[in-house]
Amino acid sequence: MGKYSREQFDVLVVGGGPAGIAAAVRAAEAGARVGMVDENLAPGGQIWRGGPLETKHPPAALSWLERLKASGVTPLCGQRVFHQPQAGVLMAEGSDDVYEMSYGTLVLATGARERFLPFPGWTLPNVMGAGGLQAMVKSGLPVRGKRVVIAGSGPLLLAVASCLRQHGAEIPLICEQAPWNKLARFAAALIGYPEKIVQGFRLRTELAGVALATGSWPLAAHGNQKLEAVTVSRAGKSEKVHCDYLACGFHLVPNTELPVLLGCKLRNGYVQINDFQQTTAEKVFCAGEPTGVGGVELALVEGQIAGLAATGKMHAGRELFSKRQKLRQFARLLDETFGLRSELRSLASPETLICRCEDVPYSRLREQTSWRAAKLHTRCGMGPCQGRICGPATQFLFKWTPDSVRPPVFPARVEDLAAQPQSVPPATGDAQ
Amino acid sequence: MPSDLTVRVNGQPIAVPAGSTVAVAMAIAGQPCRTSVTGEPRAALCGMGICFECRAIVNGIPHSRTCQIPCEADMEVSTDG
Repeated sequence: MGKYSREQFDVLVVGGGPAGIAAAVRAAEAGARVGMVDENLAPGGQIWRGGPLETKHPPAALSWLERLKASGVTPLCGQRVFHQPQAGVLMAEGSDDVYEMSYGTLVLATGARERFLPFPGWTLPNVMGAGGLQAMVKSGLPVRGKRVVIAGSGPLLLAVASCLRQHGAEIPLICEQAPWNKLARFAAALIGYPEKIVQGFRLRTELAGVALATGSWPLAAHGNQKLEAVTVSRAGKSEKVHCDYLACGFHLVPNTELPVLLGCKLRNGYVQINDFQQTTAEKVFCAGEPTGVGGVELALVEGQIAGLAATGKMHAGRELFSKRQKLRQFARLLDETFGLRSELRSLASPETLICRCEDVPYSRLREQTSWRAAKLHTRCGMGPCQGRICGPATQFLFKWTPDSVRPPVFPARVEDLAAQPQSVPPATGDAQ
Repeated sequence: MPSDLTVRVNGQPIAVPAGSTVAVAMAIAGQPCRTSVTGEPRAALCGMGICFECRAIVNGIPHSRTCQIPCEADMEVSTDG
């Protein structure tokens, strides 16, 4: 077995994106001993991801990352939480080590992932998530001179397009499935959110000359061994576009697996919380996308409230409620604008693979009556991603809902699963 | 621009910017990360360690999620399966 380490915290934060950073900082500034565990190699999450080719962070990111450094938070990066062996203890696994972390109070800031919808050819190499390709580019992938079609739904598509263009990619087309009238209403409603208007104008300038098709979506990806072209539906007609990459994502789905494993109840697919971001599980708070996909500003406010409440600073937390309320309206606006159209349910052909881990085609799944039946009869969702990709897809295609989460919440090494926790959880009552 | 380092992908030397992930090296090499259970070539999809499509053999260790592993000089990487 690799190195085994034990750490004890008053407040443990899972997730190092904006919500997690804000929670950790506020809790540490309140005097708590705080740990922040994240599977990425550096704090920042997906939206503030660093890397060899990405040194430009927005000012908000820089100031929070500096505040994090000064706060005394213990960052545990490159560590993925996989198990709760006993109440008040989480286990995380690194590339060659394992951490046992005990805590008084827990803040879950597990973020979101992209929703992928299956269509013929979507398993070809170089068909990637929109955020996925952006992450790869920030991690060193050169795209100068490459043709990248971007398709799917949500504000992330434009941010990705801008980032790729800055790295020299050519963007022949952006396909947004939402119809033009919904996007127009969205743009009009932004008047209440000055910071979003600034972002919007910046993106509009950066994307000058790029074709943005609304009511448009991918029909099929083509290629032999890897992507060569994509056929899209555009203004009711199909159109073939040659490209090197197809960056595809249909808005975001919250990462609720760990919250569910720890006993947090969901409501409409999101972690249920009270005014102080406290979940239905004792001593467990949640902030950011798992409580509702609302973007970075909302995540920062929710994270701060969670961090303050986790350390008993209720008054300071309450002062942020009105700001949060306004940003939550923006989250609802996102949901209304980027809701998926029903035509996207008929993209898959009978042969299209829905579960990429176990190569289960659409034809075998449409005979099934539930997620559970599909797992038992076809192995859909039983591979290493544990249904994280095909689960949200089948939820949309067949209206199935996943019924349970079992440990380990991510595949882990056998020797790490076998490790016996040695912690006695810290005495309760002092953290809140 | 950070300096380059070299890794071997399916035996072929590939130069990448220092700090790049192994998934990036495989994409530059034009090599699939893994072969699926029905024999399809696959490469990174989510880029954030969730989909497990980018797993490959890194320094002899199979099922390594290459989008989460930084390249090191003289690393040996090969397509899984």
